[in-house]
Amino acid sequence: MIALLVRDLRLAVRAGGGFGLGLAFFLIVTVLVPFGVGPDTGLLARIAPGVLWIGALLACLLSLDRILALDWEDGSLDLLATAPLPMEGIVTVKALAHWITTGLPLVVAAPVLGVLLNLPLGGYSWVFVSLALGTPALSVIGTFGAALTVGLKRGGLLLSLLVLPLYVPTLIFGAEVARRGAEGLDVQVPLLMLAGISFGALALLPFASAAVLRINLR
Amino acid sequence: MASIWEYANPVKFIRTADRLLPWLSGLALVLMAVGLFWGFFLTPEDYRQGATVKIIYLHVPAALMAINAWLMMLIASLIWIVRRHHVSALAARAAAPVGALMTVIALATGAIWGQPMWGTWWAWDPRLTSFLILFLFYLGYMALWSAIENDDTAADLTSILCLVGSVFAVLSRYAVNFWNQGLHQGASVMRAGAIAGDTEERVSNVYAVPLFVCMAGFAVLFVALVFLRTQTEIRARRTRALLARERMA
Repeated sequence: MIALLVRDLRLAVRAGGGFGLGLAFFLIVTVLVPFGVGPDTGLLARIAPGVLWIGALLACLLSLDRILALDWEDGSLDLLATAPLPMEGIVTVKALAHWITTGLPLVVAAPVLGVLLNLPLGGYSWVFVSLALGTPALSVIGTFGAALTVGLKRGGLLLSLLVLPLYVPTLIFGAEVARRGAEGLDVQVPLLMLAGISFGALALLPFASAAVLRINLR
Repeated sequence: MASIWEYANPVKFIRTADRLLPWLSGLALVLMAVGLFWGFFLTPEDYRQGATVKIIYLHVPAALMAINAWLMMLIASLIWIVRRHHVSALAARAAAPVGALMTVIALATGAIWGQPMWGTWWAWDPRLTSFLILFLFYLGYMALWSAIENDDTAADLTSILCLVGSVFAVLSRYAVNFWNQGLHQGASVMRAGAIAGDTEERVSNVYAVPLFVCMAGFAVLFVALVFLRTQTEIRARRTRALLARERMA
């Protein structure tokens, strides 16, 4: 499993440029928002947590089809399927690799981009925490979507259509943590819910993703 | 030994559906005609809402069936996963557009009702929002069905999507509840004691009885439409098989 993880990470960093793409997209979305809503710092401060969450979510979404598509095309997914590793393990590692290459940079970059959006001082730590806790769920759910659409020629748009509704609970609780944190309110309840969704998705969804992938490899 | 699984045989299903369909459609027509006519013309106007209250006869049954359709798809998907009856998978597929349509009716009538009552067409209220999300789920489900060419693969994938989607739909329902307090009233039709005649905080019997007729009408209509669409799917598949066989010969 570790070998697979290292391989995926190496591929992501060295080939295809998928590594920085999500991050650049996140930056651009964040920069575009003030152009859209106006440079009023009060307004920006109010919407900053939500914008950061949406930006991270979209950046995550953008990179989902890379999780499995390349391995599907060159046949290494078939080899992995016949390997002694259980399919559930494979999809978990894939999701983990996606999180390390996409989610983690987003988590680290979000507070920095918060400066551009005039994020209130108390919000920085909570944006960081909520994204750190929520992006694994985004990766795991996204892997499920990627597994569903892996066999399709132009699955990208369908992937977004399938995955976005699944992202709703994560987004609601994640953005709520960030918003309440920024306003200095109590964050315990949404934080616990977010953690519940993340860990629940991490524990259960790989089984669904693996089942779907087995069907697609049939 | 008669068992419900006999109807997993497509021929038997089509034969039964053929026999039932006229009755079901007739019953749906009668129930809806009676319910809607009774509701629209024979009930008094509400002293605060005026005539707008009568849109309830479309709104509530449609909303009810929008959720029940997804539930039916979930059960059909489970049957497909466990017992692999093609009729079941096709029934789930057939129910999706009907359910999506019911969701749209519920949303549209809700907007039309909300405009005079709440002064707004749309509010980010938990119920409204979760219905919108439910609609997105229907869209994704139908899109996945139509995107995959192999029938069995499509049935497998969509049934798993339906399972996972159900969990997330429920999650979303609680999440949006947490996220925003709403304008929409709570359940007031099916509340305990509604039948017993306890008149506080629920829809009065004058309105409730035609409403129940409408609900029954929508339910039967849904069943009839699903039967019809499932039949169509089975026949379409059979036609394709016959054509393929002819090409081979």
